[in-house]
Amino acid sequence: MANVLDIRNLNVHFSVRDGDVQAVSDVSLSVAKGECLGIVGESGSGKSQTFMAAMGLLATNGRATGEVNFHGQNVLTLSESARNTLRGNRMTMVFQDPMTSLTPHMRVGAQLTEVLQRHRGLDRTQAHQQAVAMLARVHIPEADRRMAMYPHELSGGLRQRVMIAMALLCGPELLIADEPTTALDVTVQAQILDVIREMKDTLNTAVVLITHDLGVIAGLADHVAVMYAGRIVETGAARDIFMVPKHPYTQSLLACTPRLDEVKRTSLTTIAGQPPNLEHLPTGCAFHPRCPYVMARCRTERPPLIGGKACFLDQLSLAS
Amino acid sequence: MWSHLLRRVLIGIPTLWVIITICFFLMRLTPGGPFDFEAPVPPEIMANLRARYHLDEPLWQQYLSYIWHLLQGDLGPSFKEKDFTVGELIAQSLPVSFQNGLSAMVLALLIGIPAGIFAALRQNKASDYVVSGLSMTGIVVPTFVTSQLAILIFGVWLKDTAFHLPAGGWDNGKFQNRILPVICLALPYIAYIARLMRGSMIETLRANFIRTARAKGLPYHAIIVRHALKTALMPVVTYLGPTTAFILTGSMVIETIFQIPGIGRYFVLGALNRNYTLVMGVTIVSAALIILMNILVDLIYRVLDPKVRHE
Repeated sequence: MANVLDIRNLNVHFSVRDGDVQAVSDVSLSVAKGECLGIVGESGSGKSQTFMAAMGLLATNGRATGEVNFHGQNVLTLSESARNTLRGNRMTMVFQDPMTSLTPHMRVGAQLTEVLQRHRGLDRTQAHQQAVAMLARVHIPEADRRMAMYPHELSGGLRQRVMIAMALLCGPELLIADEPTTALDVTVQAQILDVIREMKDTLNTAVVLITHDLGVIAGLADHVAVMYAGRIVETGAARDIFMVPKHPYTQSLLACTPRLDEVKRTSLTTIAGQPPNLEHLPTGCAFHPRCPYVMARCRTERPPLIGGKACFLDQLSLAS
Repeated sequence: MWSHLLRRVLIGIPTLWVIITICFFLMRLTPGGPFDFEAPVPPEIMANLRARYHLDEPLWQQYLSYIWHLLQGDLGPSFKEKDFTVGELIAQSLPVSFQNGLSAMVLALLIGIPAGIFAALRQNKASDYVVSGLSMTGIVVPTFVTSQLAILIFGVWLKDTAFHLPAGGWDNGKFQNRILPVICLALPYIAYIARLMRGSMIETLRANFIRTARAKGLPYHAIIVRHALKTALMPVVTYLGPTTAFILTGSMVIETIFQIPGIGRYFVLGALNRNYTLVMGVTIVSAALIILMNILVDLIYRVLDPKVRHE
């Protein structure tokens, strides 16, 4: 099946006061129709910036090189107005913080209908009808009444549903969800993920789910890419990553996830050390200062991504 | 909405009373009095004067009688302008300052807001530096310098050209006589509003909801006008409240330099001459204006921010 999104050798740089910071290094990813790709990593791992670059939403001091192919067309080379015909229409994005991601002084309805008016050329009534229908589809009760409300009158969960509805209005081929549940209560998190799953299945949308929480993607992602310090360190089918992690970082991440089914009372595991500073990355493998299996080679040489992992260890199980 | 408005107006009344009271006693605590002339006056005449204006009565009695007259709309006689009451002085001069101030404010908004937005959208580019530089100049150069310069250029150098403007005088508010004072009055406000607007627009454009608007594929102008503008205007509106009250009550400097019969000079002259009733009069006018403007700002907030509407 042809890929909806095909990222090849993407690099993202930010110019800062002291020079240049590389937030994303040589990232290649792809998502197919109806498929969900999970991106996992800590803050600063470049997981969000990879897709901000894909959407053309980098901050003004950022620039992206490489290729971001959307249906075979490299969007990085498109003009701003050409991109605007894709954004919010065929490729859409849902953000982390639903509390601040909606315009506070506009009614929910106006924020939804403007998308349809812009991309579908619908008139007010048609747009209103479709927006109400979409709100109902993401299970917002009393959708008609919510249209007249302002964002602050809605709960966090409802606002995130509005964000998702907004992203799905034009029936996009690609939905990027950047930590869509991080700011929400646990029960609401599950509901939001259900909505995303339902939309993926019914609309056949390709979904990219960015998160630092492995639990979030466990039930949803078909493929997973784990990012560390701007690079992909491990990638593969979701079930493989969870069952047999190949990279020490993935293994540590999994070990950090609290489990409810564990009988014994155990203290929470953490990864030793600090997330790397992108301005002063360690030499060799960026994870080596925190890696329990570090070898001499890791300190000087960066392991390439081969066979779904970027690590010199032959087999993780042997090392442990 | 209306009950809120009524409540705000009712709260304004005790506020005004406190200001009147403080001002009354502060004025009397200040050394000197309205009849301290250059040359000493015979004691009998002084006693007569003081009796004529009830200054010989106990202070609390003067205060009560002032409040009593005030409640009847009487601001008392002016101590210096012998044939005028304070009410008459204000009635003559306030409209003049009011018209000039209002024109200056409208001018400041019409130029300052677009200039600020323009600079914000071209942040750190040459055109931004030009606007920012000009506005900094507008803020730091005092009005008495710009007015003199304006008079020199349009009143003297361009005297025999089509651009000639009167160097001063009011002439019952002829249009030509208003141009220079209004522009000179507006300049610092244009500069300040542009600066404020620039900063607040830059701040707003960094907000998460602007990122959402961009992700929706909206064209740039729609993002600015529909999504950013209302939020970005909030600091300007906050600034406008007290500033409008201030600018409407005239400027001592502008009115003196351009010889305009406004109320601005009474603030300074009244205080210098210990003209008790006049100081009280102009204080009441400006305090009431400030209270009124703050209520107005509150109402504008309600239009700009739906959150305020619900609280």
